[in-house]
Amino acid sequence: MSSTMSPASTNSLNSKRWHSMRHILERAGPFCKADFAPSPDNLEFLQNTCKILVIGAGGLGCELLKDLALMGFGDIHVIDMDTIELSNLNRQFLFRRNDIGSSKAECAANFINKRIPTCHVTPHCAKIQDFDESFYQQFHIIVCGLDSIVARRWINGMLISSLRYNEEDGSVDPSSITPMIDGGTEGFKGNARVILPGLTACIECTLDLFPPQVNYPLCTIANTPRLPEHCIEYVKIIQWDKENPFNCSLDGDDPQHIAWVYERALERATQYNITGVTYRLVQGVIKHIIPAVASTNAVIAAACATEVFKLATSCYDSMCNYMNFNDIDGIYTYTYAAEKSENCLACSNIPQVVNIEDPNTTTLEDLIKILCENPRFQMKQPGITTVIDGKNKTLYMSTVKSIEERTRANLTQSLGELGLKDGQQINVADQTSPNTIVLQLKYNGNEVEMD
Amino acid sequence: MSSPAPKSPEQSDKNKKYDRQIRLWGEHGQNVLEGAKICLINANGIGCETLKSLVLPGIGVFTIVDGSVVTEEDLGVNFFLDSSSLGQSKAAACMMLLQELNPDVNGDCVEESVDYLLVNRPSFFDDFDVVVASNLNEESLLRLSNCLWEANVPLLYCRSLGFFGSIRLQIKEHCVIETHPDNPQFDLRLEQPFPSLKKHFESTQITNKVPWLLVLNKYLDQWRQENNGKIPSNYREKLQLKEMIRKGITNDEENFEEAMKAVNTAFGGGHITSSLKAIFEDDACNNLNKQSKSFWIMAKALKDFVVQENNGMLPLPGILPDMTADTESYINLQNIYRHQAMQDADSVYRRTQTILKELGLSPDTIDEKTVRLFCKEAAHLTVIRGSKISDEYERNNRFLNEVDIELQGTLTEHYVALRAYERFLTECGNIPGDCYVENDTARLKTVAYKMLADLGATQATLSDDMVHEICHYGGAEVHTISAFLGGIAAQEAIKIITSQFKPVDNTFIYNGITSETTTLKL
Repeated sequence: MSSTMSPASTNSLNSKRWHSMRHILERAGPFCKADFAPSPDNLEFLQNTCKILVIGAGGLGCELLKDLALMGFGDIHVIDMDTIELSNLNRQFLFRRNDIGSSKAECAANFINKRIPTCHVTPHCAKIQDFDESFYQQFHIIVCGLDSIVARRWINGMLISSLRYNEEDGSVDPSSITPMIDGGTEGFKGNARVILPGLTACIECTLDLFPPQVNYPLCTIANTPRLPEHCIEYVKIIQWDKENPFNCSLDGDDPQHIAWVYERALERATQYNITGVTYRLVQGVIKHIIPAVASTNAVIAAACATEVFKLATSCYDSMCNYMNFNDIDGIYTYTYAAEKSENCLACSNIPQVVNIEDPNTTTLEDLIKILCENPRFQMKQPGITTVIDGKNKTLYMSTVKSIEERTRANLTQSLGELGLKDGQQINVADQTSPNTIVLQLKYNGNEVEMD
Repeated sequence: MSSPAPKSPEQSDKNKKYDRQIRLWGEHGQNVLEGAKICLINANGIGCETLKSLVLPGIGVFTIVDGSVVTEEDLGVNFFLDSSSLGQSKAAACMMLLQELNPDVNGDCVEESVDYLLVNRPSFFDDFDVVVASNLNEESLLRLSNCLWEANVPLLYCRSLGFFGSIRLQIKEHCVIETHPDNPQFDLRLEQPFPSLKKHFESTQITNKVPWLLVLNKYLDQWRQENNGKIPSNYREKLQLKEMIRKGITNDEENFEEAMKAVNTAFGGGHITSSLKAIFEDDACNNLNKQSKSFWIMAKALKDFVVQENNGMLPLPGILPDMTADTESYINLQNIYRHQAMQDADSVYRRTQTILKELGLSPDTIDEKTVRLFCKEAAHLTVIRGSKISDEYERNNRFLNEVDIELQGTLTEHYVALRAYERFLTECGNIPGDCYVENDTARLKTVAYKMLADLGATQATLSDDMVHEICHYGGAEVHTISAFLGGIAAQEAIKIITSQFKPVDNTFIYNGITSETTTLKL
């Protein structure tokens, strides 16, 4: 894949299109950053040299591409694996009805390339996991407009794994840092943040900022439902598998499936005198729909793009470093310095400790539960290996069927029985990070009983 | 085997397209939005970004007023133009590319300046639901402000210059029933249980299966007996009550745990809030006439109900939070709340009908459903009474209190600087700093100084750095700053149109350098 884009000529840099940008980039102002050098070179850099990656071509992604293109960036890549749906059109403004079913990344890139000739967007209809470190290292700045926490954590881990450390004092080599700007929205709320991996708070440092996922206890769903959501979950989790109405698993995008769930949930609700089961609610629960509106996406993407521009040109200092936004009641914003965590799983650069009460009663399954449920870890399907007596040993791995079957028996064994000592390092692989994470077991209570 | 062909409420195409936002403002909000008429004055970056976030969610009609033609400079800040529109009417070109976003929306354009319309067709703006304007000179702004205030048409006035900007809402009166508060306070009436709830309390045995509300009530009774009938109001007393509940735990009862947690949030609902008090005391509430808005008629009925019938307590909203319990005992309790809420709302509805009759208005002016919603939201009802932008320019106006302070370094300083910029446009006829930064900085400083003196300010001054920063922008519009403000302005317009959520009251200021914002009431 070769890019045959010709660099913007001096002539096009002098175009009146850049009238406003040149006032910003070629004039010194009293609030500019100390090392800002006003010069035509700044625009030349944005147009010809600076390379930006936008992850996600959805609500935020569409806005980001437009914003960056108009701010003078000439070389942007965009990754998105999704295709366009009807319900995207209320905010993803680069797509039209005819585009439904097409790749978001390609459609968005085509639109920008056509509308703004000074910018070339390269689309990648792919997953972020399809690319390796060398791909990500070609970019000066990475901007995320994602709706998935796992994907954010993965890219965060990728940028941290690219860091190089000074051997003498352990400090981060600044030239190995790729800044990451991250935006997120939900309804009328949103946030934008600037992350300098290794230097400032990263996604994992502030994992607790993400709202916990709502999970209804199974016994409530099965035995004592009170809310319409309980009835819907019942049909989804229990009744669907039992009755298997379409001989396939539940597909939230299939209207017949949703209709079936709606009918059954309504029946169950009526049986228990519960009100409030609606078709929209059923869809929302089954598909985990997050409300979204054009305005919030525009606001958050613009805040992110402003920060990309500041970092790329050095015209002003970056905001420090996390902005919350909410316009339900008036217009509220709050910008504060999120703090880097010394115990961060991703960027602390030292193996983190997992505290175990008693290795003789804590099973491997318990350990996995800790890794999934403890707010510090919040992993999804951790696979665990370790080294015992100089030999690699896979303790458990759920993602590969044959290994899962071979290691399943370990789940019910205690850590002591598995031969794991106090201070033992375990290697954990999970979809929340591109790298294996090294953790150290720390036994608080009894020593391992030796037999 | 079950038949997979149910007769479900198949969603309409529009319903699917707007699903993600209907989850926020409901189908009733969407319907209002689809009838809205918006006017945009000046098709610059911030204006078109605002309009974009209104066309996408599906307003009815928009009209762009702009008398200029498209130049190359415009292409750099406005996404809704391309090279084929160079030399053409900006209003027409932007209208085409904005309308193309959403075929449900109708676009219109007027290829005249706002100044021309204000002089020659002053009633032009009367029919719009909201007018959005930006980057006017001071003279045009004041004229527009006066015209729209007279016509009672809401105005959102936006400024975007360099990395600074502001949004000012001018609206006479705005009433909101559905404010959608983020963390609404529970209104459970434990302090004064209504008769059916009291009966339920007395007749229900406390087990580990009942909702925490019943657990809390039992121990509240006990605490009150020991404390002269008081309600625990401070931290220490609430801790005592929690301790009491804790002692009742015998076997990890989840509802007892939940009752302990609820001690902090369960009390205090149902009283008249200060904003509701202001609504009850408002002239519009107490001097009803045939022209009164439904909101005020319902407010009066609500007030009469609260004062004359309900011992100063609001109608019950009838919303029970989720509580761990078996189905029957939870649903029973929920029904008790709902039933009482229905009764209260019925009473307010009857009072509404009486008032309508007295005013000689038709009984179907206000339906039962609306009154129920009004009662459910009673604690959060909001009325904004705004002020006229042009009044900010009068000597010794309220604005002076906000400005005549140690101004330097505040976000208010940015606002004053942006206003000085507009006066410069009117007085000097050129854009400050477009060609000569240093010369214009000195002139802008003089303009600002005089502007502050005209207001009657004695302390306030702009810093040299602020004046210089404004001038060095040379009138530059930075797209991302405009996009940020445009998104916000659009949402404020949606709030005004749908009468849901609370709009800004009334001036929002943004510094994109530090990412700081503030709101002033001017």
